[in-house]
Amino acid sequence: MSAADIAPPLPKGRIRPGRILTWTLVFIGGVIMVTPILFMFSTSLKTSGQIYDLRLIPARPTLDNYIKVLADGRFLRWFVNSMIVAVAVTVSSVFFDSLVGYTLAKFRFRGRMFVFLAILSTLMIPTEMLVIPWYLMSANFGWLDSYWGIAFPGMMTAFGTFLMKQFFETVPDDFLEAARIDGLNEFTIWWKVAMPLVTPAISALAIFAFLGNWTAFFWPLIVTTSKELYTLPVGLTSFAVEQSIQWEMIMTGAALATIPTLVVFLALQKFIVRGVMLAGLKG
Amino acid sequence: MAQIELRKLVKSYGRNTVIHGIDLDIADGEFVVFVGPSGCGKSTTLRMLAGLDEVTSGEIRIGGRVVNELDPKARDIAMVFQNYAIYPHLTVRQNIAFGLYTARLSKAEKRKQVEDAAAILGLTPLLDRRPSALSGGQRQRVAIGRAMVRSPAAFLFDEPLSNLDAQLRAQMRIEIKALHARLGTTIAYVTHDQVEAMTMADRIVVMKDGRILQAATPMEIYDHPGDVFTARFIGTPSMNILAAQAEGGAYVPAQGAGRVLAGVRPHDLIVGGDGTGLRLEGQVTAMEPLGPETLVHFMAGPVPVTASAGAHDRFEAGQTVRAAAPVDKVHLFDPATELAIPRG
Ligand SMILES: Nc1ncnc2c1ncn2[C@@H]1O[C@H](COP(=O)(O)OP(=O)(O)OP(=O)(O)O)[C@@H](O)[C@H]1O
Ligand SMILES: [Mg+2]
Repeated sequence: MSAADIAPPLPKGRIRPGRILTWTLVFIGGVIMVTPILFMFSTSLKTSGQIYDLRLIPARPTLDNYIKVLADGRFLRWFVNSMIVAVAVTVSSVFFDSLVGYTLAKFRFRGRMFVFLAILSTLMIPTEMLVIPWYLMSANFGWLDSYWGIAFPGMMTAFGTFLMKQFFETVPDDFLEAARIDGLNEFTIWWKVAMPLVTPAISALAIFAFLGNWTAFFWPLIVTTSKELYTLPVGLTSFAVEQSIQWEMIMTGAALATIPTLVVFLALQKFIVRGVMLAGLKG
Repeated sequence: MAQIELRKLVKSYGRNTVIHGIDLDIADGEFVVFVGPSGCGKSTTLRMLAGLDEVTSGEIRIGGRVVNELDPKARDIAMVFQNYAIYPHLTVRQNIAFGLYTARLSKAEKRKQVEDAAAILGLTPLLDRRPSALSGGQRQRVAIGRAMVRSPAAFLFDEPLSNLDAQLRAQMRIEIKALHARLGTTIAYVTHDQVEAMTMADRIVVMKDGRILQAATPMEIYDHPGDVFTARFIGTPSMNILAAQAEGGAYVPAQGAGRVLAGVRPHDLIVGGDGTGLRLEGQVTAMEPLGPETLVHFMAGPVPVTASAGAHDRFEAGQTVRAAAPVDKVHLFDPATELAIPRG
């Protein structure tokens, strides 16, 4: 007897081979993505003697590592550094990307297409290649080894500008013209009328920007030299190479580092959902 | 309050001229309705008035002041859009208050004005709702409220009712007219619905291809259309127009050159009537009993014609009917220019 014989009849078309394949792939993808995270948490709860015991549930879970990491001033410092940079970059890129995206979407001016294409074309250059001009620029302007040096490349992004432009194009001109007739200046129209109408895009952009900068490793590693200015990913790596590799400490630091990520995502996803509802409202 | 003057107004997009020199005076407090087919330039004219589109040449005056170069906000006008343009992220109260955004008033004064406008429009119980929880008619009232609180010199409406269903449209027509009576503010109103034009306007401006064909009171336009297009466009069902020639005092259908175009409204063309202005005969193609009267469609030679008959008269398809219209109901047009021929 096969499973199909016993199972209660399902509405026709509910289980199609395509669907089974999709679910299987999603499941495998999920497992691949979640397993390292589970091991990260698991290892952070183990003592250094236990870390090569690969059981997911530690035999004797302990919070000692967390106490040690939090008591170490360096970790806190790096955490704060990362926070400062990620928040500043997020706020700045949301602001400038929206402003430029709005201008490109809603104003007709000479050279508009050229500016747009110029911005888009930078999307095709990988970060690894941009790092050299960034570095030279920082060296010339004396930005090396400073917060500004870490932050400036992300303060305005081509991707964000593109994303916001696409969203602003969906905002009906009537909304803006009505405000123009009411006497609002162009900046206020953007801020008070256009921005609230694209909250889903802003939330998505903010999440991308925050996560991207929170986890950024390559550029902060290059631009910083003093340990006090390390961001968390750079600092955690230095944890590792400093003495013998203390995996349980690295994992504990990494586990703590996921907290802001979760907070940002949970805080903003509500706006994404609400924003989608607003955007779906006609008129 | 202000009169509006348009002088030789021209609008071109690149080489494409869409408004070909419009002249029009709108009196203070007048309710003027612009009608015309899609693409004739109604919205463009209104948007130039509002200052949303630049004028290519010509002059616009509001209250005696040339406003060509003024920003929309400096023109002292308010505009209501077809899609309402009320903001989904704000409540009704906040939306209406948007009209007072730049007004130098205290919070309390603004609040009072918003609430007064809401009361006039019957929006008081809805003040703290968001637009998503409003019906189409209520949304349009919010948009009107937002325009009203500014007490502008003139209101501009661009097809404000075209997103509403027929019943609501009829109701809003009356409300907007009542509002005009109450406020006495100059209104320029765009629609392609000739019923709206007939019922609301002090004066109708018929536009076609970027030109004004006729600007006159609804009854004047109905009784004395200035050209074939206006004659057909205003009034339902449309006026019958056919080539004709005089024969023994009355006009009868005729072919070939040297004729006039004779027009008669279906309501004036009576089946079995004894009018002596125009006489037609042909085979019935269809019949529409409307209640108060019956419309009879028949072929006057090659031309389909609509006439009216008594409420209870019935006709078979293929049956031959005669219809006639009195002299004073027959409109004559020059076949070359399609302009009305004045009756001597
Ligand atoms: N931005 C533009 N660029 C080029 N042509 C335009 C532009 N806006 C309008 N037009 C043209 O101007 C003409 C008049 O347009 P307008 O919107 O005023 O018509 P309308 O009478 O309001 O029609 P509708 O009843 O469909 O709203 C149209 O032929 C249109 O194609
Ligand atoms: Mg229009």
